[in-house]
Amino acid sequence: MRRKIFLAAAVSATLALSGCLGQQQDSDTEGNANQNADAKDVTLTITSNSVAGGKNALGAAWITDWVIPKFTEAQKAKGVNATVKFDGIGSDDKDYKTKIALDFNTGGGGDVVEIDGIWLGEFAQAGQVKPLDELVGADKVDSWDGWGQIPDAVEALGRFEDKRYGVPVGTDGRVLFFNKKLFAQAGLPDNWQPKSWDDIVAAAEKLKTLSGVVPIQLNAGTVMTEATTMQGVLPLLAGTGKTVYQDGKWLGASQNVKDVLGLYQRIYGSGLGDPLLQQEAKGRDRSFALFAENKIGILLESDYFWRSVVEPNKGVAKMADRNTAVGWAMVPARTAGSGVGGQDFVSMSGGAVRVVNPHTKYPQQAWELLQFMNSFEATKARLAGTAQITQRDDVNKEVLSGDPMLSFVAAKVLPITRFRPGLADYPKVSAALQQATADVITGKSPDEAAATYQDALVKAVGQDKVAGG
Amino acid sequence: MADPGVGAATLVEAPRPEEPRPARGATRIDGAGLGVSRALGFVAPALLLIGIFLIFPALWTIYIGLTDYQLTGPASVAPAVVGLGNYLEALADPLFGNALWLSVLFVLGSAVIGQNVLGFALAWTLRSAGPGLRRTVEALVLLSWILPGVVVAYLWVAVLSRDGGTLNAMLNTPGVAWLIQYPMTCLIVFNIWRGTAFSMMLYGSALAAVPPSQIETARMVGASRLQTVRDVVFPHIRGHVLTNTLLISLWTFNDFTPFLLTAGGPNHQSETLPVFIYQQAIGGEGNGRLGYASAISLLLLLANLVLALVYLGVLRRRRA
Repeated sequence: MRRKIFLAAAVSATLALSGCLGQQQDSDTEGNANQNADAKDVTLTITSNSVAGGKNALGAAWITDWVIPKFTEAQKAKGVNATVKFDGIGSDDKDYKTKIALDFNTGGGGDVVEIDGIWLGEFAQAGQVKPLDELVGADKVDSWDGWGQIPDAVEALGRFEDKRYGVPVGTDGRVLFFNKKLFAQAGLPDNWQPKSWDDIVAAAEKLKTLSGVVPIQLNAGTVMTEATTMQGVLPLLAGTGKTVYQDGKWLGASQNVKDVLGLYQRIYGSGLGDPLLQQEAKGRDRSFALFAENKIGILLESDYFWRSVVEPNKGVAKMADRNTAVGWAMVPARTAGSGVGGQDFVSMSGGAVRVVNPHTKYPQQAWELLQFMNSFEATKARLAGTAQITQRDDVNKEVLSGDPMLSFVAAKVLPITRFRPGLADYPKVSAALQQATADVITGKSPDEAAATYQDALVKAVGQDKVAGG
Repeated sequence: MADPGVGAATLVEAPRPEEPRPARGATRIDGAGLGVSRALGFVAPALLLIGIFLIFPALWTIYIGLTDYQLTGPASVAPAVVGLGNYLEALADPLFGNALWLSVLFVLGSAVIGQNVLGFALAWTLRSAGPGLRRTVEALVLLSWILPGVVVAYLWVAVLSRDGGTLNAMLNTPGVAWLIQYPMTCLIVFNIWRGTAFSMMLYGSALAAVPPSQIETARMVGASRLQTVRDVVFPHIRGHVLTNTLLISLWTFNDFTPFLLTAGGPNHQSETLPVFIYQQAIGGEGNGRLGYASAISLLLLLANLVLALVYLGVLRRRRA
């Protein structure tokens, strides 16, 4: 009898609590834009995937050495005692995303959080991030003068369903980086610009004659997560004339997808690329290091590679002779004119976005901090003498002219680039594409891999949202 | 929450200590002389902790397993109950089948055969070894057992590394990426190395219980070493073998350390069930499928139960 009562108690407790699965929408700490608006003691935390001495060290240094002291100073002048902390993470994007998703779900995390723009859709649909208008008030958001400096295409990174969720940090473009020293040894030109996939393969075959050199690493596999999609599948897909999401449907296992997987097979099936490297746990970091050691010929990467990886002073894989040794070229379409919109060359762009955590205790002050971090001075200070395509036109005008690579991206690549669809389903589609490349580099045929992709896609988004295949 | 009155009622209903013991007896024996209510008072804190940290999460997992709850996206706000959908999906999911098969392989190779045989061989050989040698070997084997998993995984990654790894240097095989080309073999060898100490110690003490006179007799009548082990030693330690196999099988089946070496890769080739659950729940990009992962956790628990029941059945039949 007693045992039964215990059991009944346990079961009823479970049933009573089970109503709580999912998020509680209206807790006390949310929904009030003006809570603590007049507080004299304010504590704010900035969360970002950057860490001193590691990933995005420049960004971490900027937050600790510039943003925090200057913001504290500015607040002090207003009579507010602000304490700003930096929650710097230095991990894979995948782990970082898991961490902040758990933070958002449990009411933790920083007040200002940096996320990849492509995660915005799923976080927003889950209510894990909220529109700025709701969090801090539409009048306050609209009155920021910074919006006028942000191009619409970039601002769109921080928008979901026509609502502003955050302020973008900037944008980037994808190009083919190549090692000019190796190119010279293989008898390839200094100003290499392939005009088709065949040109890329031809160059790689010449590089193969050098011993100890991997001709080309085209990001593939599931370990590299979004890097595979952004620096591999999507630019190639754009080169076949399709984007992954068109007219409300996701691209199934069409001939375009098979062509892309076919190029992977040409590269990794014939020893032009190293398939094992793509499967290593730290394969991407390793590919950076090998490029810096003059052991990889060609790498499809974003301009992040130029400014944060092989950067001679603070990069994660420093190349002292970067300015003379590293060349870049636009990513060609499969053949001239076969790209999306009849383009000869293609690219993909993305960018990070800083959002205000809906659980913040100080929404007004967090928004102030966010504006402060996106001011002209702050954005310029963030670059610390280096160049980057920031969110602000006024800053870009000043800094890009000093850097040939970044001005190339701004002038030549951004006009032809494409953005990923910011939908909640995108990460699942991306994962399916990564799996397809993983299948090809481990020996399956493009047709088999495409068939598996089709199944995974239908399972992820539903048959009615898949086109072709 | 549950009505607290339920618990209170339980206590009130309980017979008072001064009440005469009911004659039916057996179930009401009051060994400590405390009376049921006081006894309950003593165990209540423990029961509370078990309830909060064991029973509640277990029931909670079962409940999540019936929903499509996710880490992000719409299903994280309003999870829908999908009933047995997750279980049906798992049974049809080739990745689940793959994980189950790899788990079985992992348990058979590294625990049932590897640790058992190596552990017994070590214990048997060390019986006749000098105390100095015995202690040294035991210390080394124990060391691999007591070192923290993260440290051990780091060492193994360094040994098996493709560039400058110790194994490649020793075998003169530059450029072999052991963890990528032979992931399951690496995991099995790793787990044998890691867990043999337990079997060695258990068999060490079990062998001490075998009467030396019987081994001596067997030797006198000319039994070979294999015959001695099979016909003289084994009947004495049969129970130990089964218990040991049960324990190490369950540990290995639930072991998460493989994740530290291969993270289930490359391309799911070393994704045992616990790693698979992690990858589905929070590991993989685009996954975050907490509902599905919870359902598979329950299947893992069931597999454990089946394993335990099989062993217990065998043990009982041997005794009977």
